[in-house]
Amino acid sequence: MKGIITVVGKDSVGIIAKVCTYLADQKINILDISQTIVSGFFNMMMIVDLSGQKFEKAEDDLIALGKEIGVDIRLQREDIFNSMHRI
Amino acid sequence: MITHHEVLETNEMIQHENLDVRTITMGISLMDCMDSDTEKLKTKIYDKITKSAKDLVKTGDEIGNEFGVPIVNKRISVTPISLVTSGHGQNACVQVAQTLDRAAKEVGVNFIGGYSALVQKGSTKGDIDLVRSIPEALSSTERVCSSVNVGSSRNGINMNAVRKMGEIIKEMAYLTKDNNAMACAKFVVFCNAVEDNPFMAGAFHGVGERDRVINVGVSGPGVVKAALENVRGADFETLCETVKKTAFKITRVGQLVALEASKRLGVPFGIIDLSLAPTPAIGDSIAEIFHEMGLEHAGAPGTTAALAILNDNVKKGGVMASSYVGGLSGAFIPVSEDHGMIDAVNAGALSLEKLEAMTCVCSVGLDMIAIPGDTPASTISGIIADEMAIGMVNNKTTAVRIIPVLGANVGDTVEFGGLLGYAPIMPVNKFGCEAFIKRGGRIPAPIHSFKN
Repeated sequence: MKGIITVVGKDSVGIIAKVCTYLADQKINILDISQTIVSGFFNMMMIVDLSGQKFEKAEDDLIALGKEIGVDIRLQREDIFNSMHRI
Repeated sequence: MITHHEVLETNEMIQHENLDVRTITMGISLMDCMDSDTEKLKTKIYDKITKSAKDLVKTGDEIGNEFGVPIVNKRISVTPISLVTSGHGQNACVQVAQTLDRAAKEVGVNFIGGYSALVQKGSTKGDIDLVRSIPEALSSTERVCSSVNVGSSRNGINMNAVRKMGEIIKEMAYLTKDNNAMACAKFVVFCNAVEDNPFMAGAFHGVGERDRVINVGVSGPGVVKAALENVRGADFETLCETVKKTAFKITRVGQLVALEASKRLGVPFGIIDLSLAPTPAIGDSIAEIFHEMGLEHAGAPGTTAALAILNDNVKKGGVMASSYVGGLSGAFIPVSEDHGMIDAVNAGALSLEKLEAMTCVCSVGLDMIAIPGDTPASTISGIIADEMAIGMVNNKTTAVRIIPVLGANVGDTVEFGGLLGYAPIMPVNKFGCEAFIKRGGRIPAPIHSFKN
């Protein structure tokens, strides 16, 4: 199962590093990553491999990490985006 | 692979445009619960519902969490109760309503629908018992919803039942007069009722359905409105294409959630109902879509055309997005549940008569309309008869959910709370129709019902 992580918030040093460190610790592989800054706001999307992972735990951890570094982090299953945007 | 832009678009819909899955409704047949002993019947009903739906709320929440899309309501619909309680009498019907209420509370669903009777051509003793019990049943329970189908394009309209509906609506208003006639908000009168509708208050599990089924209702008026903001001033072709594409995307989310819920609960998938159902929240309104289309207020000349466009293109976009589309599917136009509609009534732009015209092209009918408490029962029956005639002649579902609020008059506002919202009391035509309603009997089926 693939998951999409979105990170939105005020730009600061080390956001990507902190998210990636968490994912590495949990042995969650990053398949794709893209990032932009819109009007000073940091906007990142990652596609990750969640096979063998507990979705709920990863989600709770990421939300907590987001609070810690002052950004909004969401984890969603990729299926919702595929359903909506692919025929 | 999914692009950054697509992810942003979906999450924008969820976070800022109120995209949600409005309800996962589990349909449960109670046919196998029948028993000549009322106590045993109640026990079987309670056990079947609580066993079938024990994981419904938890599963719904889990799915909502994983996809990141809110699943607002988890609900249950059951076999029309008049069939299950037939022969038990009026008092037993009320007891079964209370059993349904207890079961709903036990599994944590906010509504359970199906306290219903289908009397479009005539009533059995069981139907009469149930209909007579509705006021007491709805005023002594919290989560039970009721509906009566009084007409169909195939059978005509049962005018005896229509007359009775006016009377029981008044009785319910009286019994719940201290609670803004709340019982009336849980009761719908139908023409051409559908058997797989997941939306309340009119949901029931039809007799042609399997033992248990998962039906899902999706919504997202705010998403449609936001999409239309990008094509402001464009021609109708562009307008229709935009609604269609948006409806497709919304429905795909519903389809995904429905299949996942069906898999996890081990209950077959029934249908997606792709209805645009507003809530009282700002940005979740059908009237706001009309405004975006270019109407000053809902109810202004052009509103019926705008609604026809909306309803048709929601269906066109939605049918390709799901393998099974059903239920009511289209645009709902409740007054109390849509702040834009309420504003339109308060501005004098929207009348009961205009709403009736709009119901010719929307998915259902006159919905959540508060009227003065002194409106005669025969006038309420007359309003119902008109609405049923629209459904019968146009081969569509129509419904009436009307709320006479005792002691309230035009200019007052009543508060129902939660998703039911609040409503200004709307004026009703003062001229009588008592002699017409008193005739009784049945309106024969329309000529175009003879299709065989």
